[in-house]
Amino acid sequence: MSARAGRDPVLVLASRVGPDEKCLLTALRRGGHAAEVLDINALHRAASDPAGPGGLVLNREIGQVRARYAATMLEAAGMTVVNSAAAVQTCGDKWLTSLALARAGLPAPRTVLAASPAAAGEAAAELGFPVVLKPLIGSWGRLVTRVRDAEEAATVLEHVAAQPSPQAQVVYLQEYVDKPGHDLRALVVRGEVVAAMRRYADDWRTNVSRGGRTEPCVLDPDTEKLAVRAAEATGADIAGVDLAENRAGAVLVLEVNHRVEFAGLQRAHDGLDIAATIVDRIVGGAS
Amino acid sequence: MTTTCPECFETVTAPAEPVLHEILECAECRGELEVVSTAPLLVALAPEVAEDWGE
Repeated sequence: MSARAGRDPVLVLASRVGPDEKCLLTALRRGGHAAEVLDINALHRAASDPAGPGGLVLNREIGQVRARYAATMLEAAGMTVVNSAAAVQTCGDKWLTSLALARAGLPAPRTVLAASPAAAGEAAAELGFPVVLKPLIGSWGRLVTRVRDAEEAATVLEHVAAQPSPQAQVVYLQEYVDKPGHDLRALVVRGEVVAAMRRYADDWRTNVSRGGRTEPCVLDPDTEKLAVRAAEATGADIAGVDLAENRAGAVLVLEVNHRVEFAGLQRAHDGLDIAATIVDRIVGGAS
Repeated sequence: MTTTCPECFETVTAPAEPVLHEILECAECRGELEVVSTAPLLVALAPEVAEDWGE
């Protein structure tokens, strides 16, 4: 039982309580903490409201926009939100993540942001084919497109240009990493890798949500250090860091996810209670 | 605790302590359902995936 036992309930911010959120609620209660779901649909706050006495919130909101704004509201109310609004903003936007990784000097695929589909065509040619186009916001490999040549790029970018959303006109392009059939997911909690797995898939996108197969793994010390530094670069206390080895043998950071889905990682690690580990490291250490 | 799937009208069994907004799966039609009331237990079809949903 941690030092927090008996204090205010730990709030789990969510509009959708899935298996991961249920595991966290169970782990909190087993750890002797009061725990409640904070329904984001009921949340509102005046800008001039004074800060309250504080408290701890685990930010598990599935919608990126609401996760970020809700975190700002709760932080203004004096609460500690994990992950913070700043971390949610950085991790939830692939370009901001790329900038954070670059500032920290961490290895990542070459990445370009183009301010229009026309500029994206030039950027794609400069990066070299194949090249990967990703939505700035989004997960699970959705709308991530591998473009093999200039002709495909022209076609895809024509579709991009036809999108009504202003954000869709800003194009995130990344060097294609020819992975050796798998990539890595490391769960970093407060500066330590608590579990890692290899993800395999027939699809070039290895996301578990796309049916990727997983197996547990132990990272070598350099890769472990890289995962921890990537989480730190984005300010995320809880981070799902995706890494991949390229054909030259260098390990690159692909993404840092702020609302980690850990069902796949849990399946790969029978002997480890991942939710309890997160609770121990976050709630046990909360001030 | 049970309720009825709004999609296929089969019986859906909830866990012992269902939580508001908890996601359940109908064993019959595999539809994703959201708990919209815990007492009495009521479920609705869960919202579709939104553009900004993710990890």
